[in-house]
Amino acid sequence: MFQNIPLWPARASNFAGNVDALYIFLLTLCGLMCLAIFTMITIFVIKYRRRPGVYAEQIEGSNALEFTWTFIPLGIFLCIFVWSSAIYFQQHTPPKDSAEVYTVAKQWMWKFQHVEGQREINELHVPVGRDVRMIMTSQDVIHSFYVPAFRIKQDVLPGRYTVAWFRATKPGVYHLFCAEYCGTMHSGMIGDVVVMEPKDYQAWASGGAPSGSLADTGQGLFQSLGCNTCHRLDTQGRGPNLTGVFGRPVLLDDGRTVTADENYVRESILNPGAKVVSGFKPIMPTFQGIVSDEQLNALVAYIKSLSQQPAGAAGTPNMSPPTSETPLSNR
Amino acid sequence: MATATVPAVERENYLNKEYGVMSWLLTTDHKRIALLYLVSITFFFFIGGFFALLIRLELLTPAGDLMQADTYNKMFTMHGQVMVFFFLIPAVPAVLGNFLIPIMIGAKDLAFPRVNLLSWYLFIAGGAFMLYTILTGGVDTGWTFYTPLSTQFLDTHVVAAALAIFIAGFSSILTGLNFIVTIHRMRAPGMTWSRLPLFVWANYATAIIQVLGTPVLAITLMLVALERIFHLGIFNPQMGGDPLLFQHLFWFYSHPAVYIMILPGMGVVSEVVTAFARKRIFGYRFMALALIAIAVLGFLVWAHHMFIAGISLYAAMVFSLLSYFVAVPSAIKVFNWTSTMYRGSISYTTPMLYALGFIGLFTMGGLTGLFLAALGIDVHVTDTYFVIAHFHYIMVGGMVLAYMAGIHYWWPKMSGRMYPESWGRLAALIIFIGFNLTFFPQFILGYLGMPRRYWQYAPEFQVLNVLSTAGATILAVGYILPMIYLLWSMRYGKPAEANPWHAAGLEWMIESPPKTFNFDETPTVTWEAYNYDELNQEVPVER
Amino acid sequence: MSDSTPAVATHNPALQHHFSSMHQQMEASVMGMWVFLITEIMFFGGMFCGYMVYRYMHYGAWLAGSQHMDFWYGTVNTVVLLCSSLTMVLAVRSAQLGQRKMIVIFLLITILFGLAFLGIKAEEYYLHWQRAEFPGLHWDYSGPDPQGVSLFFSFYWAMTGFHALHMVIGIGLVSVITFQAWRGRYNSEYYNPVEISGLYWHFVDIVWIYLYPLLYLVSRKHF
Repeated sequence: MFQNIPLWPARASNFAGNVDALYIFLLTLCGLMCLAIFTMITIFVIKYRRRPGVYAEQIEGSNALEFTWTFIPLGIFLCIFVWSSAIYFQQHTPPKDSAEVYTVAKQWMWKFQHVEGQREINELHVPVGRDVRMIMTSQDVIHSFYVPAFRIKQDVLPGRYTVAWFRATKPGVYHLFCAEYCGTMHSGMIGDVVVMEPKDYQAWASGGAPSGSLADTGQGLFQSLGCNTCHRLDTQGRGPNLTGVFGRPVLLDDGRTVTADENYVRESILNPGAKVVSGFKPIMPTFQGIVSDEQLNALVAYIKSLSQQPAGAAGTPNMSPPTSETPLSNR
Repeated sequence: MATATVPAVERENYLNKEYGVMSWLLTTDHKRIALLYLVSITFFFFIGGFFALLIRLELLTPAGDLMQADTYNKMFTMHGQVMVFFFLIPAVPAVLGNFLIPIMIGAKDLAFPRVNLLSWYLFIAGGAFMLYTILTGGVDTGWTFYTPLSTQFLDTHVVAAALAIFIAGFSSILTGLNFIVTIHRMRAPGMTWSRLPLFVWANYATAIIQVLGTPVLAITLMLVALERIFHLGIFNPQMGGDPLLFQHLFWFYSHPAVYIMILPGMGVVSEVVTAFARKRIFGYRFMALALIAIAVLGFLVWAHHMFIAGISLYAAMVFSLLSYFVAVPSAIKVFNWTSTMYRGSISYTTPMLYALGFIGLFTMGGLTGLFLAALGIDVHVTDTYFVIAHFHYIMVGGMVLAYMAGIHYWWPKMSGRMYPESWGRLAALIIFIGFNLTFFPQFILGYLGMPRRYWQYAPEFQVLNVLSTAGATILAVGYILPMIYLLWSMRYGKPAEANPWHAAGLEWMIESPPKTFNFDETPTVTWEAYNYDELNQEVPVER
Repeated sequence: MSDSTPAVATHNPALQHHFSSMHQQMEASVMGMWVFLITEIMFFGGMFCGYMVYRYMHYGAWLAGSQHMDFWYGTVNTVVLLCSSLTMVLAVRSAQLGQRKMIVIFLLITILFGLAFLGIKAEEYYLHWQRAEFPGLHWDYSGPDPQGVSLFFSFYWAMTGFHALHMVIGIGLVSVITFQAWRGRYNSEYYNPVEISGLYWHFVDIVWIYLYPLLYLVSRKHF
């Protein structure tokens, strides 16, 4: 019977168990609380129903009771807070060597660019057991990347990158839903996440015949757009040498220091005057309207590749335990 | 101030003092203005309810087959806007608060009677803009107006809807302002703050939120309108704007707004529970303080609507923590109401049934708020039917039931008639059953992963949606019944005495319906609120 | 505190029926205006918040944008408004002293100052429009961080626009009061409307006092 009337979503990621555990704890706690209060009310309403000649007892209150039922709930709430924050922290700390998938959301479809070069629309293939980090932006309005079976959701914003990560734990096909109302076909902006065994994933990946990796595409753009004329590999250029820049602090001309993460690189291409590197003039032209979001992703991937970061391809296994920090988390 | 021997319908009172449409449209009597509001918000309730019914009909099947996607998007948008701004926010304050606050504090009227009338006209003006929006094609931004969708990507009547809400917001601000000055300055001699009925405290706390929060919504909507008309770019990422700025500004009002909606209801419940348990409230000081605490803390938690919006990890943790704090005073109130019933003398009148329903359903809704405040869980359930179920439990299971409790409790005072008790109880039961059937399945749908604002949905969600729609039709029947029997009672109901419930409170010491200026002589108050110890001696406890 | 005593014959004709004394009526109306002004603070507050956020994110653009303000127009306007608040206070003082003619004169001068402010503002707006400094509709900027400068100007137009709107409302309000004063409605026992109009006027003035440095004086190094 429950085949057609599911009452619980599938568990297919490293987060699902933790989230479900907290959820079940809360269900139990709140269920017991409801039961207690409803029982008491029912008893009172029957036991103390109006009867002739029996008067109500005027009770002003009880400080002791008030403090008890203030601080005990507060204590319980704080425990829930700590537990849930731990899960949230984990959800927002992608491991350093995660495989990366660039996502561009638009009304009303999901476009995925794997760093190895495959492109998908509304379907996302990932290998089981591999950390995957989604670097996402929107071409138009706010969308939200939601995979119920993974228990993850992250809004996808125009104008900047946001990140979600997961490690799929069970092969299968799972719903992908847009979860932020985005216009007419919001409810049609859905797809599938296809989790495959590693060797099946390798087969799928090699069958795709991509035109080179995303970083290769980025390198091509870097040349065709003329970026390399100012951003040379020596110190003679009108723009900074970009080797080794990604992921490191950058000193700006107004004295601020920022980290060169994906959002910084993106902003530097679209609105270069906003943050000018110390020692350089604000002469870089803007590329807003000239590069698409997908091309921006390729450029970001290329600049990342100039920094000796691990390859981050989904086809390679996790390199280290998923505990370390990452350049980009949501600010 | 003994009960007059002349039947109420023949004695001069605020209803029959003057006749004619202009005597109503130009009135400054707070009681008449309350009735003007009663008619207006009931009208909007049924409009909002009609949209809800259409939504639930569409959701009977997974495919979008009843209406087009754009139409459905307009349905849920306008359902939300009408219900929030034209029903829930004004309901208890503008109807019951307007009617009762001056009487409860021993005054002849509110501090600013003409501003009160202006408030109503602003409400009507806002309502007119809303009707214009609805009738000329509607708006489909979602009631939350998120940018850049609302500013750059839709060509529906966004500015008209924003103006409608802006004007209605002004109405809300003026009502709040009136209440604050009235409660501060117009209390009768002896009516100290600690003798005020909790209904007055609740409306006072609400008024503070209305006055501080609504203007922020006003400017936010204005900026959206400016962006649409003049293409300014404050929220447009292509011009350097930040869509998250909109969300912060919007939720800075809209979270406290939910407390505007619920606090007056809590005030009603305190009055009803004490009256029908014939007992003073348990922990008066804590109850009053809890109202103020909710109002204050309510301003500090807005970004719990934005946990996955792209705010920083640390900001999210701060808002989660504060959200747990704001849950505490609500819990205290539930415990205190329950304790009030201990060793009481309880009767099961219609208002009491609604109040009991409130306590149960508000508790469930409030507890599910704990789930949403939990960061790790919110990631999964935000923007799903879980949130919809949560806020409907509080808004409908809580607030609408409290409003019904108040309307029935004070109906004899306002109309001079008793409503038919068995019909009242029947409607309460139908509403309770219909409500739970509509919204409980939505918690399950939410955790399963059905997102909100979905015109079409994955087939495995159908059975739960069908249950929900079935509940909605039952709920609709439950709402229509009071419309019928309350109207019926205005003509054929048993004439009411001054104090049909033998309840405590200044409002029960004057005639039903009251005279235009409420009191023959300004009373001097020497008793505490809910002085049932004195009342129980005078009047035998037998009904 | 009964009001059905024969003392009714001696009460001020301006006493409204629901108040028990002029004192209560006056306190209530003053409190009412203060609460209203708090709502106005919250209204402008939303814009000030947005301003602060973007200023933090685009400080260089804020510097550049501020250089494009017409410093002397803004400064003269500030002086004009301060003078208008002075004449407003003098009007209230005249009301306290029951000097009908002086009330009218001071209120009229206040209105004149208000109109002067609006006139100068209109000229400023015209100049900005000529220079294509209206984001979205008529915009042409070739310096660095055009998006940031565009945001600065968006706030300039929105904040001064809403301020000007409140000036218009204020002038309207003061005009009504002037007319009533001319008709002799106010005396030393009843001048409440003059007082609370004064409160409103001062508030609109104070908003400008904040706007002026935030828009015109961002690290301005030269005139």
